Amino acid sequence: MSAPVPLLVARCRALPGSAAGKHSLELGRVGESAARVDGIPKTTGEFAYSSDLAAAGMLWGHTVRSRHAHARIRGIEISEAVGMPGVHAVLTHDDVPGEKRYGLEFPDQPVLAIDRVRYFGEAVALVAAEHPEQARRAAAKITVDYEPLEPVVDPERATEQEPLHPDRPTAGHGYLDDPRPNVIRSMVVRHGDPDALGDVSVEGVYEVGIQDQAFLGPESGLAVPDGEGGIDIYVATQWLHVDRDQVAPCLALEPEQVRIHLAGVGGAFGGREDLSMQIHGAMLALHTGRPVKIVYGREESFTGHVHRHPARIWAEHRAALDGRLVAVRMRILLDGGAYASSSTAVVANACAFACGPYRVDNALIESTCVYSNNPPCGAMRGFGAVQTCFAHEAQMDKLAAVLDIDPVELRLLNALEPGDVLPTGQTLTGSFPVAEVIRRAAALDPPEPEELPRDPLRLPGGSGNTTHGQGVRRGIGFAAGFKNICYSEGFDDSCAARVRLFAGGAGELQAEVHCAGAEVGQGVTNVILQVARTELGIESVVLAPASTADVGSAGSASASRMTWMAAGAVQLACRAALEERERTGVDVDVERVYRHPRTWPLDPETGQITGGPAHVSFACAAMKVVAEVDVELGLTRLVWIGTAQDVGKAVNPQAVYGQIEGGTAQGIGLALMEEIQTRGGLITNASFTDYLIPTTLDVPPIVAELVEDPEPDGPYGLKGVGEPPTVVSTAAVLSALRAATGRELARVPVRPDEIVGL
Amino acid sequence: MRIELTVNGERQEADVWAGESLLFALRERLGLPGSKNACEQGECGSCSVLLDGRLVCSCLVLAAQADGHEVVTVEGLAGDGELHPVQDAFVRAGAVQCGFCTPGLVVAAADLLQRSPQPSDDEIREALSGNLCRCTGYQKILDAVSLAASGADA
Amino acid sequence: MDVLTPRSLDEALRLKTEHPDAVPIAGGTDLMVALNFDRERPGVILNLGEVPELRGWSRDDGLLRIGAGLTYAEAMAEPLRSLLPALAEASRTVGSPQIRNRGTLGGNLGTASPAGDSLPPLLVEDAEVEVASLGGSRRIALHEFLVGPKQNALAPEELIVAVLVRPSGAPQTFMKVGPRNAMVIAVCSLAVAVDRERGELRAAFGSAGPVPLLVIAPLAEADGFPALVASAASPIDDVRGTAAYRRHALRVLAVRGLERCLAA
Repeated sequence: MSAPVPLLVARCRALPGSAAGKHSLELGRVGESAARVDGIPKTTGEFAYSSDLAAAGMLWGHTVRSRHAHARIRGIEISEAVGMPGVHAVLTHDDVPGEKRYGLEFPDQPVLAIDRVRYFGEAVALVAAEHPEQARRAAAKITVDYEPLEPVVDPERATEQEPLHPDRPTAGHGYLDDPRPNVIRSMVVRHGDPDALGDVSVEGVYEVGIQDQAFLGPESGLAVPDGEGGIDIYVATQWLHVDRDQVAPCLALEPEQVRIHLAGVGGAFGGREDLSMQIHGAMLALHTGRPVKIVYGREESFTGHVHRHPARIWAEHRAALDGRLVAVRMRILLDGGAYASSSTAVVANACAFACGPYRVDNALIESTCVYSNNPPCGAMRGFGAVQTCFAHEAQMDKLAAVLDIDPVELRLLNALEPGDVLPTGQTLTGSFPVAEVIRRAAALDPPEPEELPRDPLRLPGGSGNTTHGQGVRRGIGFAAGFKNICYSEGFDDSCAARVRLFAGGAGELQAEVHCAGAEVGQGVTNVILQVARTELGIESVVLAPASTADVGSAGSASASRMTWMAAGAVQLACRAALEERERTGVDVDVERVYRHPRTWPLDPETGQITGGPAHVSFACAAMKVVAEVDVELGLTRLVWIGTAQDVGKAVNPQAVYGQIEGGTAQGIGLALMEEIQTRGGLITNASFTDYLIPTTLDVPPIVAELVEDPEPDGPYGLKGVGEPPTVVSTAAVLSALRAATGRELARVPVRPDEIVGL
Repeated sequence: MRIELTVNGERQEADVWAGESLLFALRERLGLPGSKNACEQGECGSCSVLLDGRLVCSCLVLAAQADGHEVVTVEGLAGDGELHPVQDAFVRAGAVQCGFCTPGLVVAAADLLQRSPQPSDDEIREALSGNLCRCTGYQKILDAVSLAASGADA
Repeated sequence: MDVLTPRSLDEALRLKTEHPDAVPIAGGTDLMVALNFDRERPGVILNLGEVPELRGWSRDDGLLRIGAGLTYAEAMAEPLRSLLPALAEASRTVGSPQIRNRGTLGGNLGTASPAGDSLPPLLVEDAEVEVASLGGSRRIALHEFLVGPKQNALAPEELIVAVLVRPSGAPQTFMKVGPRNAMVIAVCSLAVAVDRERGELRAAFGSAGPVPLLVIAPLAEADGFPALVASAASPIDDVRGTAAYRRHALRVLAVRGLERCLAA
């Protein structure tokens, strides 16, 4: 039905079966380190990412974007562009066939701007042409008549300014009713007696800049018309079915007419939960009747997806002289930017994990996320917990100093354990080895300070050759943190898997598995195959390409849930398939839907649980960081990191270590260098020249210990592992920097100015 | 305009737009999408190729500048059915996650080992400092290069 | 848009006279970014990659003549490394290995960015720039060649042919501040030399004013030199750093640079 896409075939060929001869790889069962099934094609260049796709007669799509953060659109003139060489289509909001707005959770974002733009980089018009340069030249001839409006850029003032969404898209969804303009969601968690006094108290105001996922593969995809009014979209995404459910209404198509196929994904980290090119590419393809490929450049990518919410956090911790936490009060302000995305859930996470993995009987946590004309924010690895972990761990260090208690001891003294009650009123059940991860991380021995002289590469400033040892001080920091696994607050979270069991040529049993879980680099493909081999007891298992056409929703590759959910679904489907084959004796093809234990909403007035737990499960991590800081120049070199993480059960230990190391590196980036900078809502550093992410010289050796304490509700006892290292590492790095410098360093990314005290 | 160049040992011709990069020509004209388009400003190394034997970012080479020159891409590293030792080590060491940086890193690591078969840890880090990876934190990439250098079977 | 590829310097100069607006490309590390990001669409690009006269370097009676096409990687190799140590150190801080294999000194001069890494060490060594047109060649002192941010003294029909330096042999070093330990544009940078023969302390900074600037003081004035360097700068606030930090960092770098060179 749909047009063949040759390179996709190459990608499928790269799945098991292609690894022959000397290079055949042991793919393993649950609990064994197994080489990635896509490893070989990814090293040879054969693996087809979304930007690598091509089809006969393909056109290139290009998106015209706003240069204003906030403006009224008085008119759009496209006539000159339409006649440019090679141009096949120029489309605006008038050409959106169906619903004009979409959104991951609330349809508040226009497919193409209608009468107003609300952020720098908002999509306004589309061009399709035979060569990308022709599309760019035509785009340059589209004249948008803007009337600039005052942008809402200070989240502190947003609730007093004109509403950017007067229809309040997030109202009426069971959240606290907050009538102030521009509130996306506000939430209060009130627990025990928040006015309880301790013997000592510490206070701080913390700030987190806007972090970008900075996945290496920019947004891209190929839309292919099926000739019958429908469309196939090959795209790098995190959740195929939710893409489909947003795309179809905007195209005025039935869901079955929109088939989303997972193309190779060059990293995601939350940034591919929202749509990017999907509707745009499909509009151009349906309009021209030709395949259309859209590939964002790096500059465009910075406006092509949501980012981590910047935050301002006030915190007060009260404790008894023996170190026990008595009460925590926190106010959290998050800037959601122009559209809601998943901000409402980020608010809840920031609130729910604000106190850290510690026993706190009395708490008052208030969290608000506002609309603004700053870059839109949504999901990024750690999802609200990163920001508050930075704050609560700084507070714990302050408390340790005031009480003259060892920071590790203070954390151990307050560590949560099963049976304890969280500030949301939820009683901890299952596995939650907080004290164990703290002890294990604390027990890891960092290397002794290295002698001078050294190559400047081994000193702060690195290749810049700025010190030969002058000004360098060493500091050791520590942090612990936690986060929920899977979706929460009553979301009906499911994952489907389909298993086909059939006899091969020699009569041996073979299996083909379908699951729409997005392989974004985290390794869920291996997990699926390991589970299927384990359950079926056979080696010959292949995983079909993920597509909405073949199997039900897998949910999103986010919230550290994909391994849990896919393992649960594949396990269920395999067992059902074996049973049915046993019963019928013929080839079988069964699909099953897995659900994790149910959750319930939090009370909108009190933030307390209603009816049952709000969260399924939690995972924690602790980290020790050794840093060397050039206190005269404010430059840092991380020397060593030791960490212990609660993983439940490692399905593929090698991949788990990889998640821990990579997640840690992203937290290092937020600690030391990563921030989208804006002026009046306009991004001023949308490039890899000025948005810096860590290099090989910025990430130190990382020693990781896996704490395997099986989660009773998790398949095989597993938990998700992707987020805890990112939650904890920013806080741990800052702890080390404070130890080295003696400064408060209450903002990340920390600037050299702050380290030197300017 | 028409260019002629040798890519992975084969003579190739392509009609390119004058402003096109070698990266675009390789990916879209010559059917070699292994070199990746991640930043297109020489800040990530994902498009690394060997141009006349030297490691360069193909996004910063004008396609017209490659006329008459020799290019080796990631697709040209593996021999007949045999992975390059660096490719094999990347797979075994777990150095691949999303893999978008992998082709560039493989080319850069192969170039390093060709010039310096037993590199120190610092040497590896410096040689790969122009190749950004967002998934792995680099640890397993460094392990892979050491593994390839050690010649352990692999 | 068209690309012209001369095979000799004469041909290059002739093409530049015929097309004075032609934008030269060598390593491409600046121009290609402008092309890829759709910031520049020159009518004609002059590809200097095939001009043999621009390659390599030579030495004549102590004077080094470095072809404009010399790459940073070549500047890091012996014997140039020992002849111009600060230039070699600066080259090691340029971008990535890939950039250093491709970027050229001529390109750094042509772009004339305040952040050009090769410029401070060349200023400290009193380099001259040899430029040529069909009408002949001329030499311009580097500090006169750099006339403003991304502006140089090149006439439209001229090309940068070489850099001329008589290595001082003085102890010298280069330092560059960036928020990441590799692959950064300088927040600020400083080349320092202690030239005992001339009795001079010499320093040149980058990214701390509209052009990289040379500061000279008598040998005896080492104590006040860091403050002198910092006060000579006219930095601004931008996405990479603040003016106050840049001034502060220059002072620190000058102290450390002098310490290194005086110990040598």
